[in-house]
Amino acid sequence: MVLYTDLLVVGGGPAGMAAVLQAADSGLSVILLERYDQLGGQLVKQTHRFFGSKDEQAGTRGNVIARAMEEELEQLDNVTVLLEATALGYYEDNILLVSAQHSLKKIKAERIIVATGAAEKMLTFPNNDLPGIYGAGAVQTLMNLDGVVPGRRVVMVGAGNIGLIVSYQLLQAGVEVVAVVEAARQIGGYLVHAAKISRTGVPIYTGQTIKRAYGNGEVEGVELWQLDHNWQGIPGSERSLAVDTICLAVGLRPLTDILVQAGCQMAYVPQLGGDVPLRDDNLKTSNHRFYVAGDAAGVEEATAAILEGELAGLSAILELGAKEGQSLEVKKRTVKKKLDKLRKGPVGEKIRAGLLKVRRDGNAGKDRYSHTG
Amino acid sequence: MLAKTGIPTPDDLSSKLPSEERLQQGPVAIVECFTPIPCDPCYHSCPFKAFQVFQDINDLPVLDFTKCTGCGACIAHCPGLAIFVVDYTYQPDRGLIKIPYEFLPLPVAGTEVITLNRSGEEIGQGSVVRVQNPLSFDKTAVVWVAVPLTEVMAVRHIKVGVGPDER
Ligand SMILES: Cc1cc2nc3c(=O)[nH]c(=O)nc-3n(C[C@H](O)[C@H](O)[C@H](O)COP(=O)(O)OP(=O)(O)OC[C@H]3O[C@@H](n4cnc5c(N)ncnc54)[C@H](O)[C@@H]3O)c2cc1C
Ligand code: SF4
Ligand code: SF4
Repeated sequence: MVLYTDLLVVGGGPAGMAAVLQAADSGLSVILLERYDQLGGQLVKQTHRFFGSKDEQAGTRGNVIARAMEEELEQLDNVTVLLEATALGYYEDNILLVSAQHSLKKIKAERIIVATGAAEKMLTFPNNDLPGIYGAGAVQTLMNLDGVVPGRRVVMVGAGNIGLIVSYQLLQAGVEVVAVVEAARQIGGYLVHAAKISRTGVPIYTGQTIKRAYGNGEVEGVELWQLDHNWQGIPGSERSLAVDTICLAVGLRPLTDILVQAGCQMAYVPQLGGDVPLRDDNLKTSNHRFYVAGDAAGVEEATAAILEGELAGLSAILELGAKEGQSLEVKKRTVKKKLDKLRKGPVGEKIRAGLLKVRRDGNAGKDRYSHTG
Repeated sequence: MLAKTGIPTPDDLSSKLPSEERLQQGPVAIVECFTPIPCDPCYHSCPFKAFQVFQDINDLPVLDFTKCTGCGACIAHCPGLAIFVVDYTYQPDRGLIKIPYEFLPLPVAGTEVITLNRSGEEIGQGSVVRVQNPLSFDKTAVVWVAVPLTEVMAVRHIKVGVGPDER
């Protein structure tokens, strides 16, 4: 059996939820797919207060933002939410195959918004398969959703915002953070986050990385070394730390498999975290049915994800002929302005550079998939 | 250096401090936020409009110390936990610091805590004067700690439940 819908949104994080919320009074049929058993994406694990603009709920904790959006969503009767529903693949005849609570479903949609977020990057070093080595996302899931601490003594690899925030959450859970190690010469995350953990006595070592992990059947320690200006380890600079857990926070990569299958033109853009689809200024990809929003479009932040979700949602329902077109156009312009403002500062520099390479109409980056970019 | 260690130096701090004269007039906020990030709750949370108007969400917060009353309303709203209120007029020999605190157990008014500086080094002891933790602070407690006057600019964190006898 094939399910038909006007709009299909894949991924129930902030971007996906924001997209769906735009369809509130549209009279269109909407399906939202989420592979986990609850909505919220990354937000449900974020127990810290968010940065961003007050209008997009900065200063509020991530999990609280997720709850509020979910409650708003529950009010909509034109929206079907499928939980534990993973989009598996997209086929030429416009069929999206979905594994929904252990049964297979086929969905056909006029427009599809891909808001699947991002996956954690891994780091290669000897013994990186020892039990006791986690991604930061896994540590957050364990602690903040399941209430389980991953270990007693942790070394954090990566001093971007995620590494700093998860270190802080480990400290809050009563776990000892022995050090935060960062390969770059400078802390990548916000310095206010760094200061929060520094004042508890956790050292941050920049210009260093993991040489290897060691241990008999599980992590017993880690050997660090300093890096020279070519990112090569300096022999003789090694030192060991006794830890039972190594937490990796070395970046995220957009999850874009469905878009690749849909034949969307892709580009490798390091500033956005990896392979991402080209898009126009409404977030429409080169496949006319597909939009992209949130971390899947480029690893950024929740405020940006929410705004992008709104933009993709508004654009899609306008195309589908939603009822109150005029007011939606106005709203769309406001959202675009907000996005521009958000990305204006020095923190947005990287994103701005990345976005220049994914413009469907501009000098797009090289396409690694279809060789037509 | 701040960008390497996360620990602000006296140099970094100097631009954020009010005049000696203002410090002697009573409680005032110190905003230890050094790099422009897209964030503005401090500005929105001050009932006295003491923050310079944010033209852009990436602006650095700039505080007008003549307008700041040291009420502390902004402390719990800052996601960077970067705002502290200091009061050099609390007692003749002791000053008061209001510190954002998100660890359990929360300290109890009337007890002693160990005081830490920005690098997490122990400085000495402080007396907890009050613990504010209303619903509106959404789980960021604000702890009022009395410390010797000479330590008011150094103490930025506390350790609870490990008094000198229990260590
Ligand atoms: C530790 C940490 C701290 C952060 N702190 C902040 C902060 O302070 N401020 C801020 O603005 N941002 C912060 N962020 C970033 C923010 O959480 C993300 O940018 C935001 O969640 C991205 O939203 P999204 O909807 O694009 O993706 P996600 O939140 O990742 O949601 C994607 C959803 O899609 C689902 N999904 C994926 N693939 C499929 C599939 N095939 N089928 C069905 N469902 C699928 C996933 O299960 C997930 O629920 C933080 C992130 C982390 C990890
Ligand atoms: S302490 Fe009170 S008056 Fe001063 S900046 Fe904060 S909220 Fe405003
Ligand atoms: S709320 Fe805090 S972290 Fe955000 S800009 Fe203001 S002082 Fe800086």
